[in-house]
Amino acid sequence: MIQPKTVAFLGAAGLTLALLAASRSGPVPTLLLGVLVVLGAVPVYLRRSFSAAPVEGGGPGDDNTALRETPVELSSGGSSRREALKRLSMGGAALAIPAAVGAPTVIDMWKAKASDGPATGPSGRTRQWGMIIDLRRCDGCQSQGTAPQCTLACIEGHFAPEPMEWIEAYEAEMAGGGTQFIPTPCQQCQNPPCVSVCPVTATFSTPEGTVLIDQDRCIGCRMCMAACPYDRRFFNWGDPPIPPEAMLADYSVEHQAPAKKGTVMKCDFCPEMARAGTLPYCVQACPNDAIYYGDLEEDIATNGREVVAFSTYIADNNSYRLKEELGTQPRVHYIPGHGELVGRDRFTEGRIATRWPWVERVKGAVTWRR
Amino acid sequence: MAALTTWESTLKERALAPTQASGRLYTAWLAGLGLVVAWGFVAYIYQWRNGLYATDMRDRISWGLYISAFVFFIGISHAGTLISAILRASNAGWRSPITRIAESITVVSLISGALFVIVDMGRPDRLYQFWLNGNWQSPLMWDMMAITIYLTASVVYLYVPMIPDLAMFRDNLEGRVSRFQMWLYQSLAIGWDNNETQRRSLAKSITVLMVLIIPIAVSVHTVVSWIFAMTLRVSWNSTIFGFFFVSGAIYSGVATLIIVLAVMRRIYHLEEYITPTHFKYLSYLLATMSLVMIYGNASEYITKGFKMTEEDRFAFEQLFAGDFASMYWFYFFGGLVLPALIVAFKPTRTIVGVVIASVFVDIAMFIERYFIVVAGLRVPTMPYEPSSYSPTWVEWSILASGFAGFMLLLTLFARFFPILAVWEMTEERTSDQTSQHDRELEPAP
Ligand code: SF4
Ligand code: SF4
Ligand code: SF4
Repeated sequence: MIQPKTVAFLGAAGLTLALLAASRSGPVPTLLLGVLVVLGAVPVYLRRSFSAAPVEGGGPGDDNTALRETPVELSSGGSSRREALKRLSMGGAALAIPAAVGAPTVIDMWKAKASDGPATGPSGRTRQWGMIIDLRRCDGCQSQGTAPQCTLACIEGHFAPEPMEWIEAYEAEMAGGGTQFIPTPCQQCQNPPCVSVCPVTATFSTPEGTVLIDQDRCIGCRMCMAACPYDRRFFNWGDPPIPPEAMLADYSVEHQAPAKKGTVMKCDFCPEMARAGTLPYCVQACPNDAIYYGDLEEDIATNGREVVAFSTYIADNNSYRLKEELGTQPRVHYIPGHGELVGRDRFTEGRIATRWPWVERVKGAVTWRR
Repeated sequence: MAALTTWESTLKERALAPTQASGRLYTAWLAGLGLVVAWGFVAYIYQWRNGLYATDMRDRISWGLYISAFVFFIGISHAGTLISAILRASNAGWRSPITRIAESITVVSLISGALFVIVDMGRPDRLYQFWLNGNWQSPLMWDMMAITIYLTASVVYLYVPMIPDLAMFRDNLEGRVSRFQMWLYQSLAIGWDNNETQRRSLAKSITVLMVLIIPIAVSVHTVVSWIFAMTLRVSWNSTIFGFFFVSGAIYSGVATLIIVLAVMRRIYHLEEYITPTHFKYLSYLLATMSLVMIYGNASEYITKGFKMTEEDRFAFEQLFAGDFASMYWFYFFGGLVLPALIVAFKPTRTIVGVVIASVFVDIAMFIERYFIVVAGLRVPTMPYEPSSYSPTWVEWSILASGFAGFMLLLTLFARFFPILAVWEMTEERTSDQTSQHDRELEPAP
């Protein structure tokens, strides 16, 4: 006789197995399940051993007929349960292996998403995007009388909600007095702390060496924001204040528009622009040509006006990377300076604040401070 | 032997009494807690609709009250399972009247704590992603696993030693409680009738669970601390964090246990079983942990403060002299030194004194969790003005509702389940009477 309990149990076990099979993180749930099964086995064991016990009479449970009948049912139900448990944990282990080696990884999925696959250079090798920011030529756009134009262009290009500045020109004190501007996009770390802490792999590294976020998967735990040492991650705290036309954008992890409430965003290094053969918005917009974008693999970089050899240019100009000592291995290199080549006086402090071009048009939308 | 029987039947009556609890005050208590919980739901619905915009967390201080509450509740969960397992493992006979209450605190506070993580999420609707795309590298994933395992383990650990008492409920409550409750006791007691074989397998199971649960409990709070310690934030970048969090957890866990014991003792008239001796022993544990915490503070801050890097300087200034100074010094003197002093002196080492000390400990430990989270995030990582954070009404409401929910669940647990480990106490008593020693637990005059 098949007990309804057995059916229910096998059903639950089947469902669990199906979930396991569907899961792309095989080892994790398997481990979890293993421990849960071990713990759950204790009451099951007790039930069995209680019912197997000879009734010595006089026990307080004696007057209970319903319970006295249970031993028979329990020993059969219990043993099939145990069998099932055994099979379940073995099945879990067996499943874990294909899940660990065969299941598509995030990178595979990313590859599938980007229809052309990762961008390749003339040599056929995958592009390795990098950036050089020449601080000698960055005056925070003070001579232009505007907010930093890299920031503005990036905002317009991505419909980045206020107050996100994916590339933010920080004004830092200098040791000898005065200040310098440091335009800071996501540093595209090669050992990215944000990627390792994301519990659902919504943040991931790409074969091109960039770090992207899948806003369709992000659960909004903000672990990555705590982990990023460069303050380069931004959260959609409310309904993102973006203009109506942003809604027309076909969402992709490569441009992140339209922004989604409750998820994290950051500079994506404009892979689509690069693949299409143009330069990121911020590079194009810089009036002083201070930002170079390029490929480490082909050893080439350009600010849109001149082409330089990536490695020689950074070596010859004593480049550095932000917080190099942390071991995050950023892909963004800085050439030290404070705007001297474009005539900035380092003692003139402050810069014009960024304004989001659609503030008037999205009236009623909430914005928030950083 | 006759003395034992009367003793046993009074004990049984006392253990059964909470299921009959009633009265205007009791109803008012339940209704009040229910209201606060309901208010928390209203606040949560508001937050659901507006997003985390409803809180005062922002990009630069991106965790706040919720995560502090999460750490705090997971901390006090160590009251039960860990403490009762350690006492059981060390065969401390005096533990039997308090283990059940301790274990129920664990389960209840784990539930409250885990809910705060979900409340803190920007997209709780995507919780299933943990399963679908879990990343085993992430400390949050470790946390998820550890807490799931710990919750299961502590439910089992609460349940298994309760089986004989559930059987006692089954046999004694016929007609005094609803049919549903009777059915519940009947199914949960799984046919216990106190025979030799059953007793043996029960003892075996308890031993296995007890051995399993200690490492599980320690690992849980260690990985909770690793959510912080695995980042590059200067205030969290510390190897002592796991140890520190586990000690803090035991510390606040003992304090919570003392408070709950004192309350239940009063309300359910358990004076005869939960004696001043229990409070004395627990207060020793409390004082020991406070010394461990003081040592942890010294170890953490003196080593960093001696070298005083640029970022450490900022963190130190805000903690010891700036925005968080009043919190820190209250925590240090009110939450660590004062309780140790209260316990150290005999005139203050009364039940009232120890309970007051425990209240201080719990408040201070919440504050400590708060400034670890918020002050840690406030240290600027780049050249910008330090941000600020002051929780909104939504956050306070949900926090209040978390605490109310904790108390409500405990009250309900006491209403439906045996809060005294009657069989263990009886066993203890029997063996005591046979060997004619250990009069320690006689009710003090
Ligand atoms: S907030 Fe999103 S991207 Fe960041 S760690 Fe959490 S799930 Fe990953
Ligand atoms: S800069 Fe921050 S967000 Fe960008 S890759 Fe590095 S850690 Fe991640
Ligand atoms: S690379 Fe693209 S996303 Fe990054 S700052 Fe420049 S324009 Fe913005």
